[in-house]
Amino acid sequence: MNKNYFEVLRPGINSTFQDNGRNNFYHIGIPFSGAMDNRNFLLANTISNNGINNPVLEFAYQGPKLKYIGENISINVTGDVNFKIIRKNKNLKFSCYENIVLENNDCLDIQSTNRSVYGYLSIGGTFEVDYYLNSCSTNTKAKIGANSGEKLETGQIIQLKNIKKILPKNKIEYLNSKIENIRIIKGPHFDYFSKDAIDSFFSNEFNVTKLSDRMGIRLKGPKINNIKNTNIKSEGLVKGVIQITADGDPIVMLSDHGTIGGYPKIGVVISADYDKLVQIPPGSKIKFKEINLKDAETIFKLYEMETQNLISNIK
Amino acid sequence: MIKNISNLGDAALYCDFGTEVNKEINRNVINYFNNLRDSNFLGITNITPSYNKLVISFDLKLTSYAKLKKQVENLELKKNNSSKNNLIKIPVCCAEEFALDIKRLQKLLKINEAKIYETFFSKNYYCYMTGFIAGMPFLGDMDKSLFAKRLETPRVKVPKNSIGITEQFCNIYTFESPGGWNIIGKTPVDIFDNKKNTEPNLINPGDTISFYPISKLEYEKKYE
Repeated sequence: MNKNYFEVLRPGINSTFQDNGRNNFYHIGIPFSGAMDNRNFLLANTISNNGINNPVLEFAYQGPKLKYIGENISINVTGDVNFKIIRKNKNLKFSCYENIVLENNDCLDIQSTNRSVYGYLSIGGTFEVDYYLNSCSTNTKAKIGANSGEKLETGQIIQLKNIKKILPKNKIEYLNSKIENIRIIKGPHFDYFSKDAIDSFFSNEFNVTKLSDRMGIRLKGPKINNIKNTNIKSEGLVKGVIQITADGDPIVMLSDHGTIGGYPKIGVVISADYDKLVQIPPGSKIKFKEINLKDAETIFKLYEMETQNLISNIK
Repeated sequence: MIKNISNLGDAALYCDFGTEVNKEINRNVINYFNNLRDSNFLGITNITPSYNKLVISFDLKLTSYAKLKKQVENLELKKNNSSKNNLIKIPVCCAEEFALDIKRLQKLLKINEAKIYETFFSKNYYCYMTGFIAGMPFLGDMDKSLFAKRLETPRVKVPKNSIGITEQFCNIYTFESPGGWNIIGKTPVDIFDNKKNTEPNLINPGDTISFYPISKLEYEKKYE
């Protein structure tokens, strides 16, 4: 047994190991998975001086409480997250996006994400996890990836390896911007909906319901009236696709989505807005705005440049 | 052939092969799928064949809709790539506790249980696509006398390995999952094996499937 490990005192609501995701298996029904908020995933690994596809621990709403046993190790938390370290009965507060040194017997308590959903824990080293089809990303539906495809559980031990001896003091100032306006490109079944329904879709706000998870966000708002057919012959989906169910409610498919679906697709969220979309918590309102493909591509380039700038500003 | 290529968002191509569901169109889809898998076009992350569509997802950092569309349009198709013609035989136990909807089907279709099974087992089925949940095969076509609607209220949990039928299709629930298909039996064979790191799914698009009946005793033996 390794001498460096975390013991899970509290697993949190939905804590899973994730990496960049699992490519090339949609055709057998295995979704992409991977870290939901790719920018915060990249920042976590970069601050740790890790390779960009190193596994991280993703958590949602309430994170895990972990007891650390081992030699000094650097860790960092990304996202908009409240957390503390309990060291010899003292509560120590730290900020996100900076490396912190954990000592033997420290307890890391990731209390909550603030008005957001996902956060990430990265270590100066590697979580020892199982790989399946070239990725450690946990998919709890197909029971594949790290941790036998399961969420963290109380009492389990997380082994660590390749602990970095040099503990870099990397940090970055970064504020996660919140957005309510989500930009989309119209989908292949746009003409399944009446003009009134389309107007209503873009002019009204939708509530993000509690029935939202890594598979998708279910929205409630005005019913989107279908004038052709509420079902289509099942066909491929991608992350960010917005399907309108037979009941007239939109569902936005996220990283663990079913690979094919039989509801008409009214639109697709642009790639540049995906990281922000997944962070919108239940109870919030969102509004859709249509843009064209060319603008979406330009906005994505800018978003990528911004991410690269952030990465190069880590010191 | 592809009738039209459009964009599905900013990071996927939506290739339309038509609106009908038949083997000829689907073999075209799968032929493109196989050729694209061999093509190594930069940036492709996933290719999803379905009855009559092919969705190609890509990494927007590496390529773009316009670039990849041109490559797909100019793709030279290799012949005889549409099906590896695997014939896979799947045992099915039709014991009462597994055939959850057989009573409903008898009423709905106005044919008796024995005739339903005789008809079901007499045909070979073609795999149009796999997916929705990992490894789930969508098979067709059913004999017209067995065309049945979905359950009005889907089950919250369909047991793993159940065989379901609806309209012209049948499928196998590779995991316990919600679902509305009419369940007529259960197989002891795992169609998706999440322990296998290569080719975890037994049935691929383009394969041919035949089902054969087994007794409860044989079912239990196979499970051991």
